[in-house]
Amino acid sequence: MTSTYSNIALDDNDKKIINALQHGLPVCEQPFLALAQQLEISEQEILARLESLLEQKVLSRFGPMFDAACFGGAFTLAALQVPEQHFDKVTEIVNSFTQVAHNYKRDHRYNMWFVIATESQQEIEHVIQKIEEKTGLEVLNAPKLKEFYVGLYLPA
Amino acid sequence: MNQQRSHLAWANTLTPNQQNKLRTLLEQGLPLVSQPYLALATAIDADETHVLKQIEIWQQQGLIKRFGLVVKHRQLGYQANAMVVWDIDDQTVDDIAAKLAKFPEVSLCYRRPRQLPQWPYNLFCMIHGKYREQVLAQIEKITQTLQLHSVNKAVLFSNKAFKQQGARYQRGGN
Repeated sequence: MTSTYSNIALDDNDKKIINALQHGLPVCEQPFLALAQQLEISEQEILARLESLLEQKVLSRFGPMFDAACFGGAFTLAALQVPEQHFDKVTEIVNSFTQVAHNYKRDHRYNMWFVIATESQQEIEHVIQKIEEKTGLEVLNAPKLKEFYVGLYLPA
Repeated sequence: MNQQRSHLAWANTLTPNQQNKLRTLLEQGLPLVSQPYLALATAIDADETHVLKQIEIWQQQGLIKRFGLVVKHRQLGYQANAMVVWDIDDQTVDDIAAKLAKFPEVSLCYRRPRQLPQWPYNLFCMIHGKYREQVLAQIEKITQTLQLHSVNKAVLFSNKAFKQQGARYQRGGN
């Protein structure tokens, strides 16, 4: 099936570039040249297309993915069971915390899922306590115990 | 990603200040020029070889998880995503998780604590697809391949993102 839901028309070269880069980019002096040879697209064209894909927001970022926790931050995944009639209100409260990111509504008893990102573990506890106070709901705290390295590949 | 360099015995050649600057620059993305590491080196007043070496060290240390791009799933037509949570025996969960993470549609795979009685699940993964049926088919394939039919699980589709960004630390998945 074609990607009828896609918002942006990508041509074959865009797709080749996106697909190849999902597997990574060699770390060397001229990485785009290495890619150019592999894809048989010129280095200049690869650079121009990447710029355009970033501008069109097909790609959100290009470069190394740091493990932020290694730099001293603390993170957790948290969830709430929010009564449907209070969902908007609770969303507003939860999102008012600057430490909250990636808040998703999901179809489950636990219907609100979000990330809490802070500088310290202590601050995580503090934010959870504050959210519980302000919403009157109990937070499910699901910190990461172990991460498994994924081989994500979503062909364009 | 493949790289053959393995001369890690070298001393660290960037000063802590240069390392901080390099990290800050890299967080904004790799410069889109023919020699991006030279551009970064010039910006922090260092040698290109030292910048390459530093990145290699960070990769070895696991600080840099991977090198590549972050696609906007939705822009590529991947509109559906489900968080799938499993209650897998503690003895086998790591082994199964490692296999599960290798499926190409899986973007995150974490072991997290159970919170009994309200939350029995200890393995979380995120699965992407172009539509809901595709995600469900993928979950079925994973379940079959890894023989997880007897495992208790829940599939949580997302309806809508209410806040995609905004925390001080935005990376790290969760």
